Amino acid sequence: MNVLECAGLVKAFDDLVAVDDVGFHIAAGETYGLLGPNGAGKTTSISMIAGILEADAGKVTVAGKEITTRSVEGNVEIGYVPQDIAIYPDLTARENLRFFGKLYGIPKDRLATRIDEVLAVIGLAGRGDDRTDEYSGGMKRRLNIGIGLLHEPSLLILDEPTVGVDPQSRNSILESVELLGRSGTAVLYTTHYMEEAERLCDRVAIIDGGKIRAEGTRRELVELVGQRDTINLGVVGSAKRLVEALQSVGEIESITAAEGTVEILVEGASGLLPRILDVAQQSGVSVSGVEVVEPNLESVFLHLTGKALRD
Amino acid sequence: MRASVIIALKDLSQRIRDKSAILLGLVAPLGLALIFSGIIPSDTTSFDVKVGVVDNDGGSISATFVDQVLPAIEADEIMTVTAYTDLAALESDVEAGDQNAGYVFPAGFSDGLLAGQGGTVRLIGNVDSSISTQIAKAVLDGYLAEVDAVGIAVGSALVSGAVDVDAISAAAVQTPAAVVLTDVAAASRELDVTTFFSAGMAVFFLFFTVQFGVSSLLEERFYGTLPRLLGAPISRWSIIGGKALTSFVLGLVSMIVLAVATTFMIGAEWGNPVGVGILMVCGVLSALGIMAVVAVISKTAEQAANWQSIVAVALGLLGGTFFPLSQGPRLLALFSKLTPHAWFLQGLGDLSAGSGLSSVVTPALALVAFFVVTVGAAMAFGKEVLAP
Repeated sequence: MNVLECAGLVKAFDDLVAVDDVGFHIAAGETYGLLGPNGAGKTTSISMIAGILEADAGKVTVAGKEITTRSVEGNVEIGYVPQDIAIYPDLTARENLRFFGKLYGIPKDRLATRIDEVLAVIGLAGRGDDRTDEYSGGMKRRLNIGIGLLHEPSLLILDEPTVGVDPQSRNSILESVELLGRSGTAVLYTTHYMEEAERLCDRVAIIDGGKIRAEGTRRELVELVGQRDTINLGVVGSAKRLVEALQSVGEIESITAAEGTVEILVEGASGLLPRILDVAQQSGVSVSGVEVVEPNLESVFLHLTGKALRD
Repeated sequence: MRASVIIALKDLSQRIRDKSAILLGLVAPLGLALIFSGIIPSDTTSFDVKVGVVDNDGGSISATFVDQVLPAIEADEIMTVTAYTDLAALESDVEAGDQNAGYVFPAGFSDGLLAGQGGTVRLIGNVDSSISTQIAKAVLDGYLAEVDAVGIAVGSALVSGAVDVDAISAAAVQTPAAVVLTDVAAASRELDVTTFFSAGMAVFFLFFTVQFGVSSLLEERFYGTLPRLLGAPISRWSIIGGKALTSFVLGLVSMIVLAVATTFMIGAEWGNPVGVGILMVCGVLSALGIMAVVAVISKTAEQAANWQSIVAVALGLLGGTFFPLSQGPRLLALFSKLTPHAWFLQGLGDLSAGSGLSSVVTPALALVAFFVVTVGAAMAFGKEVLAP
């Protein structure tokens, strides 16, 4: 059974269409990723799904209940973890959790127990009575997620929860999300980190320019690219000159250049790499490093949008 | 309603914790009320106008003013009257400030008036005693207006030849004193100094206190918690309701505590508790509405706080919270009606003068009108305030 169903979501801000006909569904226990660069429309999409932002068109249901900016009943089914840390700095973690627990209607006798459980899950059991302005960034991030988990929602929406987080906290957050998926919670996870989407998500939608470009499991998406590999060249000298020189190599599917690096999408990197290095030498550009990456979601994104995920 | 209460309780605990509401809502107004009431004599009847009189006329009209009208006012401890025989001495004393004002009746004044030829009384005022001079002028104006009216009657009677001139003159000079004293007594409708500054500071700082609630919506956005509230299973009105409830509770508690504290600590007399309660509730609502308008047109909590401070000070000054409006220009009193402060203080003044509860109806309605108009404006301007 699908916990979330959304279809035809549209949102425009004046002339800018931020989200254009976005739709997908998530089953119980499934983790679904929205993968796209900054400004792709991820946050706008989930704001409409969470009932925070009014959609210009489209419909959202969670656990069979319609979600709009005026809905109340259905919102109990959603746990929302915004991208920015959304906690009260002058309250303790326990007070933050108690406040939101009351808003979500958790019975008083259950709330105290549930707060202890959540504090344990997010690793703040020993710091629950400290004011949150005394917390590190990672601890705040974990509490930010804890508030979303508190009322045991059917659908947990996480908007780029690992942005600006230290590696240790990041790993802890990813492990928590994996546990949630296994516990039967439907998870909607937005990110612009390809590795997170590959690690966590059962299915991924690639979103760019407000549109979903492709959707499926990792395997399904990679098949869209075929057996294309990505060759990353570290260069000393003009990357632009190398890109121009490589135009003569017909088997290259696409080339993108950034400062000091050139990213080349090819079918069968091992056969083509010597020729590419020859062209680089002839063009007078020194190659300082070579990396061959087999097809992944990054390659899929590049294939679908013609630009790198980090752009 | 449940969600509004939960939000308000959270906000109130934050405000109590950061102590800003306590400082602005209780400590500052109470402190200033204590200071002002300590500096300025609390008994308004001790406000003494010192006047001198030179009566070069000696006629019945000037004599009545000097011998009957002025002593009656002096007996009420409003004026201290000194008779002078030398005009130069009077002028010198007024200039030196020993007298606030002086009356000079020229020779032949009474005869001229009774003959229908008119006359002039000279009033000398000290430049630093404008209020006292105005009071002295008001006393004289009141008297002369009555003399003029009776003078016409005397003239008519003389034409008909049917009445006793001395009797009518006597009647004429008896009438004014009562009228003049009635005018002066009207000043008692104002609050005594202690109560005035207690109430004035309370309503002045009320505008700072209520801002904490309505502006906290902007803080929610700053802390990123607004989207969480918008996504919670509560109506959007309950979020606004929670913020308004916070402002209302902070404002009302601040007013009540100040009223009780100033009553017991410095002897302020706020008047009938029911009437005071009505004025307080309506006053808090009006402040809430005005501060809500400022909050919804501001981009950040900091910007809102700056504008709200400017609005609070401007309205407080215009509304007469730092000085009785009766002692300022007439135009100021007129413009003060554009502020809730003036209506609040007017209502308290009427109550303090012993008027019944009905006397607070007009001020209370005016305060509610402020609330209705400003809340309407806040809703019109504030459509974006709940945008994530």
